[in-house]
Amino acid sequence: MIDRPGQEAIPREGLLWMYERMSLIREFEERLKWLVETGVPAGPVHYCTGQEAVAVGVCAALEAGDWIASTHRGHGHCIAKGADVRRMMAELYGKSSGTNRGKGGSMHITDASLGMLGVNPIVGMGVTHAVGAGLSSKVRQSKQVAAAFFGDGASSQGAVHEAMNLAAIWKLPVVFVCENNGYADATPVEYAVAVNNIADRAAAYNMPGLSVDGQDVLAVWSAADAAVRHARAGEGPSLVECKTYRYYGHHQGDDPHRYRTVEEENAARERDCIQRLRRWATTKKLISADELDAIETKNRALLDDAVRFAEQSPLPDPSELLTDVYVAEP
Amino acid sequence: MPAVTYLEAIRQGLWEEMERDPAVFCMGEDIGVYGGAFKVTEGLIHHFGPERVIDTPIAEGALVDAAFGAALTGLRPVVEFQFIDFIGCAFNQITNMLAKSHYRWGAPAPIVLRGPCGGGVRGGPFHSQNPEMYFVHTPGMKVVAPGTAYDAKGLIKSAIRDNNPVLFLEHKFLYRRIKEELPADDYVVPLGKARAAREGRDVSVITYAAMLHVALAAAETLAKEGIELEVVDLRTLQPLDREAISNTVKKTNKVIVLHEDTRTAGIAGEITAVINEDAFDWLAAPVVRIASLDTPVPFSPPLEEFFLPKVADVVRAARRLKSY
Repeated sequence: MIDRPGQEAIPREGLLWMYERMSLIREFEERLKWLVETGVPAGPVHYCTGQEAVAVGVCAALEAGDWIASTHRGHGHCIAKGADVRRMMAELYGKSSGTNRGKGGSMHITDASLGMLGVNPIVGMGVTHAVGAGLSSKVRQSKQVAAAFFGDGASSQGAVHEAMNLAAIWKLPVVFVCENNGYADATPVEYAVAVNNIADRAAAYNMPGLSVDGQDVLAVWSAADAAVRHARAGEGPSLVECKTYRYYGHHQGDDPHRYRTVEEENAARERDCIQRLRRWATTKKLISADELDAIETKNRALLDDAVRFAEQSPLPDPSELLTDVYVAEP
Repeated sequence: MPAVTYLEAIRQGLWEEMERDPAVFCMGEDIGVYGGAFKVTEGLIHHFGPERVIDTPIAEGALVDAAFGAALTGLRPVVEFQFIDFIGCAFNQITNMLAKSHYRWGAPAPIVLRGPCGGGVRGGPFHSQNPEMYFVHTPGMKVVAPGTAYDAKGLIKSAIRDNNPVLFLEHKFLYRRIKEELPADDYVVPLGKARAAREGRDVSVITYAAMLHVALAAAETLAKEGIELEVVDLRTLQPLDREAISNTVKKTNKVIVLHEDTRTAGIAGEITAVINEDAFDWLAAPVVRIASLDTPVPFSPPLEEFFLPKVADVVRAARRLKSY
């Protein structure tokens, strides 16, 4: 990590929050992976392990009333925006106490009260929702900002380009956050994308585009903060590309070694976002190792509690199948 | 001959048609070295090369439109959807471009759109759907839904040889759960022809895809009580085999239509109308519909269990019809 202008603006509490959220996402997914591999049928799961800095760096730049649109790889986005890991875990267990009452599963986990515009596993479609929210903000002059997370794979989806053009022509308060983890399922970004940096595509929509190290949470925060300020000031959308890496395959059970090497994975782990923040903050004597250890201990306890909550919650009654299809009459 | 799975039968069909006709090629997401999400195209790229087994970015709309352009210029594309739920991204391209090009300016669109459909595998709302009726309702489209390995291979080959756009629905619950020995020779199963999967005299069940196996299991149970179920496997949904539907009505006079797609505006309604038009006088009881309930496909096991039609539903309905 390198020092950069504006970084000193992050208060100590901010750094602690970033560490706490990244560590919680990591703990949530490592725990979930262990549960799935020991027999908990959590359905199709896409881990974001390794990518925590993107979700946390962006959400650190947002205010509570701002929105995010998420993806099939959305657990990190939910936690960064403040979702309750107990209800998230219960959703993965298919329980009524889950965020979506057991009707969605991993790829749909959403808490709308936190400003989540949904988690959308049809690749790229969430981007259009963020643009709609940006339009709403502009019409209502509410100064809210919408951030849309999408992957390098989604950057090829026509709807994403249509959305960017609309946001640009209408100068909407939207931040397009591309989580470029190098692979769309198994397809390398070098194969599927014609430009070296997806951020370069911003030029086509006449908006700022910046490509940053997605394994450096302060770099992500710095770029997102500038983009959010730009949006909130009525200057229109920006595209922030975060170059990151997912440690595991596309989904639980995928064998990533059909399309990438162990050496490449090891090199990525050398740049682990959580360890880098730890090294940087302790070397600068901003935060002690003991404080960071205490955060991790607390997060492990939160996950113990979340798993207990999920296990003890009841499965839905079949009658719940028929509810929520339509909005209830007042 | 070793028995082959439903999945392997489709793979063999693709392979043989690509050998037979150099105009046939495959395109889709991760279908090359990765072999596709479910491995239906495993190994094709090594034999036919990346020019005929083409990986695409995630852009279903653009993908279908590119296939359309290739078909207009002499090729016969086979497009894979990773999950058939994502076909909505290309709805405009399919229903407006592919299905209407021959009517509008005489240009055939010999394209096969194939992908995994169906529930029972805990896929949740966007990885379990059965979207057949959007396309059964679209003039110009053909829609195929095999329920056995034999039919899967014979029908994919017919679909590729057909000069119309064909939606080929592969039920993912069946991919690796059923297998059978297949003929060694080059056989096809014609589109638009149903088949009697089991002969019986008391009650007919008209069905297709994974529900075929629910009907056959119910028939076993009912046989022990002396109720003989006739099971008709439609195999193709558009065009419907109206003759086969009439024939079974005339034989048993009592009909259940069973499908995994949701109930309202599912194909059971259409088949009931066909029976009214073609064989009403032969009915001895109202036609019974058994289908998934009118909700999105839920993720949680007890909810999905409740949502899907079950053997017990068929058994109960057949007993009631028998004594009607």
